[in-house]
Amino acid sequence: MEDRISEEDEYEELADDQKVAIGKWFLLNAPPGQVSQVAKDVREVLMDERLYDQAAKEAFPEYNVKNMISLEMPDGSGQVLLTEFGQLDRSRYLDPRTASVAVVDHVKQVCTEVRPADDEDLPSAYVEGFRFSVDAALMKYVDDAFQGGECSVYCTKGKDVEKSGGEFELTVVICNSSYSPKNFRGGCWQSVWRVLINEELRTATLQGTISVNAHYFEEGNVQLESSRKFNDTVTLQDGKDAGTTIVHVIEHLESVYLSSLEVMVKSLFEVDAVWL
Amino acid sequence: MEAAMDLMRRMPPSLSQQALDSLLALLPAHSSQLLSRSDQPLQVAWDEEFDKDYLLCDYNRDGDSYRSPWSSKYKPELEDGVQPSAELRKLEQEANEVFSIYRDQYYEGGISSVYVWEPEDGKGFAACVLIKKDGSDAGDGRRGLLQEGSWDAIHVIEVKEDEDHQFGHYCLTSTVMLALTTANQSSGPFSLSGSITRQMESDLSIENGHLCNIGRLVEEMESKLRNGLDQVYFGKTKEVVFTLREPLGVMSATSHVGQSLQRMIVNDLGRSR
Repeated sequence: MEDRISEEDEYEELADDQKVAIGKWFLLNAPPGQVSQVAKDVREVLMDERLYDQAAKEAFPEYNVKNMISLEMPDGSGQVLLTEFGQLDRSRYLDPRTASVAVVDHVKQVCTEVRPADDEDLPSAYVEGFRFSVDAALMKYVDDAFQGGECSVYCTKGKDVEKSGGEFELTVVICNSSYSPKNFRGGCWQSVWRVLINEELRTATLQGTISVNAHYFEEGNVQLESSRKFNDTVTLQDGKDAGTTIVHVIEHLESVYLSSLEVMVKSLFEVDAVWL
Repeated sequence: MEAAMDLMRRMPPSLSQQALDSLLALLPAHSSQLLSRSDQPLQVAWDEEFDKDYLLCDYNRDGDSYRSPWSSKYKPELEDGVQPSAELRKLEQEANEVFSIYRDQYYEGGISSVYVWEPEDGKGFAACVLIKKDGSDAGDGRRGLLQEGSWDAIHVIEVKEDEDHQFGHYCLTSTVMLALTTANQSSGPFSLSGSITRQMESDLSIENGHLCNIGRLVEEMESKLRNGLDQVYFGKTKEVVFTLREPLGVMSATSHVGQSLQRMIVNDLGRSR
């Protein structure tokens, strides 16, 4: 409660790059939906427009990809998801669903231009058949289970594979984030599923990571953070749509995760009551 | 300064120490305000003379030194460190004894410290009761589930007496910080952390002394907070997750799928009339 006047009344001033690093750190850790408010605060505490601009320039590209921000494409064809899987370079992102490339301004969080993708950025027709099927089933699942969620399916390995030409990998991405200040809550769900398809063996091997962050801040500030990895293999049957089969597994595992979270929370409470 | 406090409120609780350190480095001129207005898990220091732990907070701080509630000495040493008046020091000593027993009873371990001081307006007195419990494997925890588990409670009471010195008016502001992390099982890393704050005001007769009343109020508040934990920490955060990803297969009226199903049925009923 007491402060002493030190011998040197001056305080040690931080170097510019240290200030930028702090500004960047705050921006990168902004909770879902709150980056513009955090940006406003960072601007004020840095007290230097030049330093803020530098921090924003460095932080936003990373923030947008880490949080899988989705931006409206100006041609009205929908939203493009910014992920590492679709990143062509620092400001261009592939949207596999519309086979187009979105050019984005990270700091403004806006898609400035949309162009058709080059053939070399797109998978072979053979692989695209699978990608399309998974995407169609995925959109239906996401529509049912994630209110306001966005999703995408990328070909991340073997995009030039032709029939009987070997394995290829599709990466399924689901992201749902929400922020409701009037309900004092916010959060984000992200799932990334690597699906290795081997048509000869008729298998799809899935490796997934689900991460969840939930934030509640009425009369306080409470956060739940959890992530879990899953592995599974499924047989692709003749006459059964591959996309439906694969998404069905994802849906099942994600439901398993959801109920395990509930159990975890309950058991923690019991522990809590015992030792307190 | 307001921007700094807003940042503190928005940053995830698990990063709040780092956020505070960053802001202290950026705005050293505001350090005393930042320190007094933000809640951080309590740090511990050792009183060699009494062979006991004590807790650090803004109320027992003078410069960079902290005063022990047992010896009333500062560490690092301060020749002219701020001390409570003799009367308040006596109350402080008693309070520490009382809350030590309280802590042992409810927490079966942990550390407690009470500091008493005269508020700026010189009327009445103020006190803070601090309790810290480490429930993890490394600490006094019983179950092996917790990798990290800590409870930090900070209760600040302002006490004013009425003119006849018959009644005391007590204003209690309490913050509980909880951090729980499960040990890495097959279910992956999981952590729940944060703080909740509550306030309570009461007018009580002083016939049994202030300490008795303070003890009662803190006990009541802690019990409320412990019950509130279930609702807030566990219930509400779980609810947030469920709004992000609905539990499918449960056709409840509140779920997104449940609602559209309900709408369909209502439409069908309307058409069949």
